[in-house]
Amino acid sequence: MHPYTLFDIIGPRIVGPSSSHTAGAARLGNVARRVLGQPVCEAEITLYGSFAKTGKGHGTDKAILAGLLGFAPDDLRIRTAYEEARAAGLEVQVQFSAQEAAHPNTARIRAKGADGRCIDLVGVSLGGGLIEVRRLNGMEVIFRCEYPTLLVFHQDQPGVIRKVTEVLDNEQVNIAFMRVMRNTKWGNACMILETDNPVPPACVEAIRKMHPVIREVCAL
Amino acid sequence: MSYSFHHGSDLLALCRRDGISLGEAMLRREIEEGSRTRPEIFAEMQRNLDVMRASIAAGLDPARPTHGLLAGNESVKLDRYAAQSELGPRLCRMVAAGMAVAEVNASMGQIVAAPTAGASGILPAVVVCCGDERGLADETLCMALFAAGAVGAIVAENASIAGASGGCQAETGAAAAMAAAALAQMKGAAPEVSLTAAAIALKNCMGLVCDPVGGLVECPCIKRNAIGVANAVLSCDLAMAGIPSLIPFDEVVDAMRAVGAVMSPDLKETARGGLAATETARRLEKNIQ
Repeated sequence: MHPYTLFDIIGPRIVGPSSSHTAGAARLGNVARRVLGQPVCEAEITLYGSFAKTGKGHGTDKAILAGLLGFAPDDLRIRTAYEEARAAGLEVQVQFSAQEAAHPNTARIRAKGADGRCIDLVGVSLGGGLIEVRRLNGMEVIFRCEYPTLLVFHQDQPGVIRKVTEVLDNEQVNIAFMRVMRNTKWGNACMILETDNPVPPACVEAIRKMHPVIREVCAL
Repeated sequence: MSYSFHHGSDLLALCRRDGISLGEAMLRREIEEGSRTRPEIFAEMQRNLDVMRASIAAGLDPARPTHGLLAGNESVKLDRYAAQSELGPRLCRMVAAGMAVAEVNASMGQIVAAPTAGASGILPAVVVCCGDERGLADETLCMALFAAGAVGAIVAENASIAGASGGCQAETGAAAAMAAAALAQMKGAAPEVSLTAAAIALKNCMGLVCDPVGGLVECPCIKRNAIGVANAVLSCDLAMAGIPSLIPFDEVVDAMRAVGAVMSPDLKETARGGLAATETARRLEKNIQ
């Protein structure tokens, strides 16, 4: 395999000026919206490091906001994201933090949906439009959204992983990469399954209802 | 049959083995490793080509202002001046097209990162201007972009295409190398000659630092796109005139990686050194905050 494909080099098509500070930022906002699984009503965006220092000039704040509105990184409405947010009834607060983060291009996105559900996501922009989510609702995670990604939040307990993967097996969904993280033994845990083909909605529903220790399932 | 390549030497061996161009080799590698068919890859590249063309037109349209925070709308001036240029009107207009895309990028317009947003003007200017002027089919232009992709992929794998890790040589240098090879292929050069053109372009800006004023992709980035276009065209001419590169492409890429590694972090996109650290830059920086 090769680390760079043809369209990594010639592409992506984006709204400028920066693949890391604008396009990557839009993707982070978009992932936050998809994890929330519904339109965002309130959002608090905090930018760190280079994102904070040069974010205004690169439209990093606008790009994350546009992503939260569901716009793609090549959508020209990134320019007018604040106006678009106002029209959509999305209330937003942006902070340019002086605090340093582990990665220079770090953003924390707290978002609330219409049903009151909240998410808290910390992600970084790696360059070239690539992103990585590092924290989700207080859990350490790592995923890049380069593959269809299934997030399963559950309680750490024997057998849960087998049950989840069995459902995927029945639907012929092949797991390319998988990680399991937990806060403490028997505590909050999260499975991250990156698959070759998207997980069908019925499958997501089945996993959601499968067992009381499964708290939340989200297909990206 | 495998179409894997990691270096210029492997790529040329593939081209010799099958009697194919750099672009065709990249296309076959993409078919072999990805999930897309040949027509799907062409269709996707056509979408990139369409955005490239549109970004040149948008940047050169005097009715559409392309202001970033520091600079903008300068490509229109150069385009207007082209008839008096010592470079000749053709090259001067091509340079203006490269600046135009960089200005569109700075003003939050739509562009194709090639290989990055900061260096996005060079490849479209060279491929679209030369291709359209010669009346070449879009399929030929896409093939030239595949060749550019092959060169960029090798540079990215063995050195870098990010200003933050390799300086500007990794961004506008890589873009110029890609454009030089694409142009040579469009003009019918053999794969070896195309790769020599890429090597010369990289050599011409070895050590170039990334020193954006205020950390913004404007100054000196827009003008670095201008010189990148001229670098690509000149490097293609040198190679096609039969002038060799004494240092082969792969060794130039290795040298570029080594230069990037010893470059101070102040000179790699942090806006702490070079032009970004000048008195004027600091004053401008205060004004935009």
